[in-house]
Amino acid sequence: MKNDETPITRQKFMEELRRYQKGSVTRRHFLGVTGLGTAMAVLGGAMPMLHPGRALAGDIGDRVILATWPNYHDPENFEIFREQTGAAVQVNVFGSNEEMLAKLQAGGSGWDVFVPTNYTITTYVEADLIEPLDLSKLPNYDASAFEARFADAGTVGGKLYAVPKNWGTTGMSWDSSKAKAPFTSWKEFFDVTMGDFSGRTIVHDYQLTTIGNALKYFGYSFNSIDPKELADAEKLLIEVKPHLFAITSDYQPPMRNGDAWLTMCWTGEGKQMNRDMPEIQFALGKEGGEIWSDYYAVPKNAPHREAAYALINFLIDPQVNAREALAHGFPVADARVNALLPEELLNDPILHPAADLLDALEFGAAATLTDPNRAELMARFKSA
Amino acid sequence: MAISQRAARALLLGPAGLWYAGLLVLPLVVVLVYSFGERGAAGGYAPAFTFAQYANLGARWTAFQNTLLLAPAGTLAALLIAYPLAYFLAVRVRERWRTLLLVLVIVPFWTSILIRSYAWIFLLGGRGIPHLLAELGMGDIRLINTPFAVLVGIVYGYLPLMVFPIYVSLEKLDKRLLEAAGDLGAPPWRSFLQITLPLSLPGVATGSMLVFILLMGEYLIPQMLGGGKVFFVGNALVDLFLQSRNWAFGSAMSVTLVAVMLVTVTLYMRFLKRIGAARDDVGLM
Repeated sequence: MKNDETPITRQKFMEELRRYQKGSVTRRHFLGVTGLGTAMAVLGGAMPMLHPGRALAGDIGDRVILATWPNYHDPENFEIFREQTGAAVQVNVFGSNEEMLAKLQAGGSGWDVFVPTNYTITTYVEADLIEPLDLSKLPNYDASAFEARFADAGTVGGKLYAVPKNWGTTGMSWDSSKAKAPFTSWKEFFDVTMGDFSGRTIVHDYQLTTIGNALKYFGYSFNSIDPKELADAEKLLIEVKPHLFAITSDYQPPMRNGDAWLTMCWTGEGKQMNRDMPEIQFALGKEGGEIWSDYYAVPKNAPHREAAYALINFLIDPQVNAREALAHGFPVADARVNALLPEELLNDPILHPAADLLDALEFGAAATLTDPNRAELMARFKSA
Repeated sequence: MAISQRAARALLLGPAGLWYAGLLVLPLVVVLVYSFGERGAAGGYAPAFTFAQYANLGARWTAFQNTLLLAPAGTLAALLIAYPLAYFLAVRVRERWRTLLLVLVIVPFWTSILIRSYAWIFLLGGRGIPHLLAELGMGDIRLINTPFAVLVGIVYGYLPLMVFPIYVSLEKLDKRLLEAAGDLGAPPWRSFLQITLPLSLPGVATGSMLVFILLMGEYLIPQMLGGGKVFFVGNALVDLFLQSRNWAFGSAMSVTLVAVMLVTVTLYMRFLKRIGAARDDVGLM
């Protein structure tokens, strides 16, 4: 799993360091993935003429910049992409759609590909921040292979702006060796946080899920922008804050090393932790919560536009995408990929929850992204 | 070739003048203008003339409070640790060890503060110092993501900035003054209080100012060791620009932070001047 040309992110570095500390990876692996032991190779990576694939690459350039979420790719695939095309994938990791929108609004993000969630795409189109996809450059995209509810949001005003990456849910993960009973609801999530789990809970640094799940505590819609309901959610969050371990969307390291016992959690990450440490379990809140679908999109004025299309086309190739899914554990909406995945992954209760639990979930609504009250509520909660 | 006084002045001040005008004054004007605006529909900035952003500053009181408590506390803690160390290095250490020891003070700077803060995450996390304390029977102690963790981080990060100015002022100290005081019968504590300490005050002032001003704008250490829970003004600002996208409110907060800093720094300078004046009186006595 060497990936010398991709600069390691802070989150990734820490995760690897913790893995190394736990002894679950070798020193050699740690030095390899972090690049600490391969400084020479990294230096080499900075010099495009040394890349072996360069001559075959045609003209897509020597790099492509991808803005994505934590723990959401198989680094080996990026290495294969570099070997095939000569373009090294530089990964920027973000913890919220708001952060991605802010970077694009400010201009000059330098991204070629990014990974927006369903409910944000209309806003990007209205703000003229993303371009309609040129399907002739994406031969691996087959619209008929996708389940409609996970692909619809990519089309705005009859034009395709984004192709589906993965879908999933937002639930909670906890350390079952510390919990008296399994978690089943957002009510329990917040109540236990203020009780037995004081100082051990993480909420996302992300307005949609943190506010949304606090709204579910009261039985309101996950997407509410009603001022009275938001006021209730704020009161709960402020009351809970002293009992939190942290407000962060990169919750795996503290969950894995035992500092935190309970966290809001995206499906695939719940799966990743459960796979390595079976005592970490995952469940949805029975009141409901979020179901989501992420997409690949290309920002306007992407500096390496050709490489952007090449990377998306590569990542939605069913073979490549199946490797991605095996590594990160998030469900895929592409039937061609699911045909390649092992049965147990497709029947996994974490990834594919029972239908009655899924029915209670809501897709995020565009209004939550732009609503000033939700944005300010989150900011007030964090600085409280 | 002789150049006129005027040309010399222009040549000397030109580069810095252009630099500051373009990269400091101009952006500050933009921030000031934005601070009277409104949040755009999807975030960002929309032109307006309103004091609403300033009226809303109370909503970030905790961030100001954290900054105004932890920045001076961090400065003071750094001072209390740095002064004896600087004194030791400047006065007590033999010449041939001094350079080596000074280099050791700088060594941490060879690694990025980011990496060093990560180290603190492990040290202060559940498997680090708290685990050790629990083994010693001290019970369930949580350190990471608390104001204490942030304080440890900032003192650690800024200590060398405090050590060096104090060291320099102590090192320049005219040792004959101390001999004279001894000859005239002053006990060591008295010559320290009346000679060494007053003469090292410029170093203390410089070091404190350096550390304090940087701490007022600190973002990284609270972010990493505070777990998003111990917010400085810097963190609240980043949040306003990079998450909730309220540039107008963010600008109002920036302007306020600059104002608060100007006031505190001015007060501190006055305080130092008064001490300086008192010191001169002492000198005459």
